[in-house]
Amino acid sequence: MIKLLSGNEAVARGMWEAGVSVASAYPGTPSTEILENYAHYPNVYAEWAPNEKVAVDVAVGAAYAGRRGMAVMKHVGLNVAADSFMYSSMTGMEAGLVIVTADDPAMHSSQNEQDNRTFAKFGRVPCLEPSDSQEAKDMVRTAFELSEQFDTPVLLRLTTRICHSASPVELGEQYTHTSDPKPFPRNPAKYVMVPGNAVKRHPVIEQRMRDIAAFAESFPYNRIESGDHSLGIITCGIAYQYAREVIPEASILRLGLTWPLPVKMISAFAHSVERVIVIEELDGFIEEAVRLIGIKVEGKSIFPITGEFDPRVVRESAVQAGLLPAAASVTLPEVELGKLPGRPPVLCPGCPHRPTFYILNKLKVPVNGDIGCYTLGFIPPLKAIQSCGCMGAGIGVAHGAAKAGSPEHHVAVIGDSTFFHSGIPALINVVYNHSPVTTVILDNRTTGMTGHQENPGTGFTLLRQEAVRIALQPLVTALGVRHVQTVPGHDVAAIEKVLKKYIKLEEPTVLIVEDPCALLPEARRRWIPLEVLADKCNGCTLCFRIGCPAILKSEEMDVKSQRPKALISTDQCTGCELCAQVCPREAITFRQDERAGELA
Amino acid sequence: MNEILNFLLCGVGGQGTILASDVLVNVGLAAGYHAKQAEVHGMSQRGGSVTSHVRWGKTIHSPLIGAGEVDVLLAFEKLEALRNIHSMRPEGLALINDHTILPLTVISGDGIYPSDEILRDAFSRVSSHVEFIGGEEIAGSLGNLRVANVVLLGALSSLLERSSLSSSKCTPETWLKVIAERVPSKLIDLNRSAFQAGRDAVGK
Repeated sequence: MIKLLSGNEAVARGMWEAGVSVASAYPGTPSTEILENYAHYPNVYAEWAPNEKVAVDVAVGAAYAGRRGMAVMKHVGLNVAADSFMYSSMTGMEAGLVIVTADDPAMHSSQNEQDNRTFAKFGRVPCLEPSDSQEAKDMVRTAFELSEQFDTPVLLRLTTRICHSASPVELGEQYTHTSDPKPFPRNPAKYVMVPGNAVKRHPVIEQRMRDIAAFAESFPYNRIESGDHSLGIITCGIAYQYAREVIPEASILRLGLTWPLPVKMISAFAHSVERVIVIEELDGFIEEAVRLIGIKVEGKSIFPITGEFDPRVVRESAVQAGLLPAAASVTLPEVELGKLPGRPPVLCPGCPHRPTFYILNKLKVPVNGDIGCYTLGFIPPLKAIQSCGCMGAGIGVAHGAAKAGSPEHHVAVIGDSTFFHSGIPALINVVYNHSPVTTVILDNRTTGMTGHQENPGTGFTLLRQEAVRIALQPLVTALGVRHVQTVPGHDVAAIEKVLKKYIKLEEPTVLIVEDPCALLPEARRRWIPLEVLADKCNGCTLCFRIGCPAILKSEEMDVKSQRPKALISTDQCTGCELCAQVCPREAITFRQDERAGELA
Repeated sequence: MNEILNFLLCGVGGQGTILASDVLVNVGLAAGYHAKQAEVHGMSQRGGSVTSHVRWGKTIHSPLIGAGEVDVLLAFEKLEALRNIHSMRPEGLALINDHTILPLTVISGDGIYPSDEILRDAFSRVSSHVEFIGGEEIAGSLGNLRVANVVLLGALSSLLERSSLSSSKCTPETWLKVIAERVPSKLIDLNRSAFQAGRDAVGK
């Protein structure tokens, strides 16, 4: 049966076919849909872990116990999980262990575009890279077989374009993998990585990589597609598709295993062609390795090291380098448009984070942010976040700035899921080493940015089973924070009152702002648009400053101020009442009936 | 019939471009093409610009279309149509929803939304095959604004037939079958009406 699947759906299918026993992940674009899809297969176990390091440890545990384990994450998740990734390479395991990294060239939804093939080399772990959905599915099983054959974790590297492109896939049968759990191995020489044992393991894994390199010479996913011998292209992943499309005449060496590399195969290919180039997104990873073999090769001197490729990028770069005639260049329509207004992502209408950022902007304090929807609080007109680096960073950065004598009171803002991910140790540090940092936990009862995944605070698991809902206030109190308060997200006055008090205290303080994401079904049922009373509005512009996409400028001007009055877009407004609360003239109606939206 | 047909769908997060591109790629497969689709996820879902690439052909390698090679631009919003005008091949087909969603940059006074004259003038320089359709207006008359995307697909299906861009296997029935598989059963009739209304709107 052939079905159109995205790369993520294909990996999920591959996991089911390969008989994965335990799958663990933390959501992150572009990888999130892998476990979401996998969870819908019958009789599988999949879970959201609080972070990627835990996810890898969980997958390792399954593989130590003799069952196939898989951990899934976006590229920067592997930074969080790096420690576990590295020890799993040292020990190997009893059954297959596969770790999916979904890299994000062009940073569609990320803070950097690191190329995680370097992790494979760094960790002495083989790296597989599919070029379409069919391979994404098939390579899951191949990865497990490779893992079990060579006693190694395997890195399955996807990129955004593989994850989020759909192409036809021939579905396979479920592969019945021996599923009787084995007793946990009593093998300290292999599994207890104290120096005395680790010293003996290091040569083993170095030999393992030499063995896999030899295996790579005849690995079917490394293949030569012979063409014109004047040009030989070495390529991998999605870049293979662009190479085939743009330079179809060339000879191609497509690598499905991009670490370790088949040195003999590459040398033979290089000798069969006149000019060797590497087409690969991001780093010149293959290019450097090919050069070390002693082959004259070009790559990053022709194709960009930054951003994502597409047929145009590859074609125009190839024309520039003389690989294609100038006539191959595609000219773009000549239309001069000037600068079009941008449409950056914004906090949604009704977002429960907006009131907090409105107040933080008013208080003019430095805010150290974190990764999630609420990062969008930095965008004008709210402009309330001054730093954001990675998951869990904000609290530590605020503490460091405070300890360095930053003259203002620092506020760290973090989401509920992110707090569980890596905020807790940082808050412990604020308490233990004592700094007057105010931490605001924006608890919207879900993992928002990646599309509403469950987390330890939601009361449900990925498999939609009820779970202990870990309550934030008792947790924060137990960490030793003496000033902690929870307020509803829509209550502007309460948020302002608590924050004004906390930023004067010389102690660690935590404000928990709680309200469900406006896009959750339970919140949607309460949507009801508000209205501007045009005769009361005097165009003061205060409501424009909350940055709500549902508040528009009316064509009606206030006679006195000659400024446009406000107008609420009824198909966008959710009735969160933030604008009604900030309006000094009571020109915006409050909800008439708490349940009105539910009745609709 | 071209060997490869490149569609670019563009709009604003929440407009239903993803469902539309899912329909489009599956119509291609149902009509016997090899087909691929690529979409942008992530932060752009929060009210930002979104694009989706769909390609039909004998053999498709890249899921992405290079700028300057779009045969059919399906724009769900006028500013997004302009933003993607350079992706078009000269004399390509553009179907533009006559609908405005003001970005925050315009609401806050930092930018000016381009006028209809600018939009029409710009597209007339690229192609003589430019069609406008009031998707929201038609969907509103059917009682549900959310089917504007299916109105556009209906119009697109008719334009493809008329310009002989698609294979004869792309019948309205093919489209409707694919759409019916993707919407809740109680909404099938509404979507059928929306599809037909879209066809009628461009039928001359």
